[in-house]
Amino acid sequence: MDRALYIAMSGAKQNTLNQSARANNLANVNTTGFRADYAQSRAMGVFGEHFPTRAYAMVERPASDFRQGPLIETGRRMDVTIEGAGWFAVQGPNGEEAYTRAGDLSVDPNGRLLNGNGLQLLGDGGPVTLPEFEKIEISRAGIVTVQPRGEAPTAVAEPVQLKLVNPDPALLEKGEDGLFRFRDPAVQQAPIDPNITLVNGFIEGSNVNAVKELTDLIAINRQYEMQVKMMKKADENDQAATQILSAQ
Amino acid sequence: MLPALWVSKTGLEAQDLALSTVSNNLANVATTGFKKDRPVFEDLLYQIQRQPGANSSADSRLPSGLQVGTGVRTAGTQKIFTTGSLELTDQALDLAVNGRGFFQITLPDGNIGYTRDGTFHINDEGTIVNVNGYPLEPQITIPEQANNITVSKDGIVQITINGDPNPQQLGQIETTDFINPAGLESTGGNIFLETASSGAPQNGTPAEDGFGSIEQGALEKSNVEVVEELVKMITVQRSYEMNSKVVSAADGMLQFLAQNV
Repeated sequence: MDRALYIAMSGAKQNTLNQSARANNLANVNTTGFRADYAQSRAMGVFGEHFPTRAYAMVERPASDFRQGPLIETGRRMDVTIEGAGWFAVQGPNGEEAYTRAGDLSVDPNGRLLNGNGLQLLGDGGPVTLPEFEKIEISRAGIVTVQPRGEAPTAVAEPVQLKLVNPDPALLEKGEDGLFRFRDPAVQQAPIDPNITLVNGFIEGSNVNAVKELTDLIAINRQYEMQVKMMKKADENDQAATQILSAQ
Repeated sequence: MLPALWVSKTGLEAQDLALSTVSNNLANVATTGFKKDRPVFEDLLYQIQRQPGANSSADSRLPSGLQVGTGVRTAGTQKIFTTGSLELTDQALDLAVNGRGFFQITLPDGNIGYTRDGTFHINDEGTIVNVNGYPLEPQITIPEQANNITVSKDGIVQITINGDPNPQQLGQIETTDFINPAGLESTGGNIFLETASSGAPQNGTPAEDGFGSIEQGALEKSNVEVVEELVKMITVQRSYEMNSKVVSAADGMLQFLAQNV
């Protein structure tokens, strides 16, 4: 049988992977601080003793989209968004440093400063823990000042600088848990970037472009149909060959 | 089957939940002391289909792998404790907390519930109770023939009686605060309960030590903003439609495959 059938089959299979990446972007169209994933295809020649006439397609994710998402006004004091490029450094599940854009902050009973996904934010001196407070102020430069409960407005606790970093996006990669980390596992930490500014009272929406995703989805759909057509053609060719051969 | 089907299913579920919080917020737009909810979404784990750095030929490596996400998950709903606007009612037993703090209500099971709804009444025994008839804690009883009920900013309840020029002090209302009010459990009836994530309740005197003062003759309105909720509803509805488009596209692909091969 003609190997074209298998090439079409692998093409269709890769299309479904691409489609599920698009579906994931669309499912997260309302997720705070979500970064859309790109997908691209690569031709993979088959190497071996024979003449390399067959090239299979392969889908891969070269990067995520690092553009800023829409700013959504909430009016809540503890919702903060990074203006332009940059990341909040949070403590990942294994205690390592990871980066996110989700700045919907809150405080748990132990005073730990968490974002909406329950990850503790990092400051200049490690994970941020705040005393019980009456008022909280997060400045444009990312300095958290609290007025402890029962104290005069002049008595402020030791201000904490949030760890805001801005490493080269090309060095970052989205991990299995949706947090960003360095591609190179040897690099553990990024330095604080003093030029990052925050906006108070806003959260950043997902940067998924719904139009692009839906258009891509149509293209993938049609491409998939072409692959299936090729599979049918391969089948028809095979049938015709069998008929001719059996007639003799 | 196609993974996209299940991924979009999670998207549909999330938008469905978002719509129900929007509709609950809108339904409570006129509820005294109501605090709006907002859903928090997070992306589900990613599956590594192909590891970056795998060999593409004998001596070359792939620069990027393929990690496909599995959709979206609702991390939880978050109560937004911004203050609602105060509405003057001029009723003696309409109270509002201006700032941090909750009124304490003794529930029928003996536990204490916490509320920002200060619509109080007097029951047949003269006790100050909330709309559902549960007494305010600490319990304050108004005697018969009381003329004017005055509640001071720090919660002292006083009355005057005909013929007596000196007001009588009946008690003092205490309020409670939590380190993380968003962690309180809402039970309905405008009542919140303490949880492990809200932290322990800390009682205090209104207008002291950072507690909000008590305003008599005013009620705290719901903090729901109608425009915001309606805009959210539009985005939720359209995201729902887009996710269902993916489902129908995936369905179409499977149908095409089944018919043609």
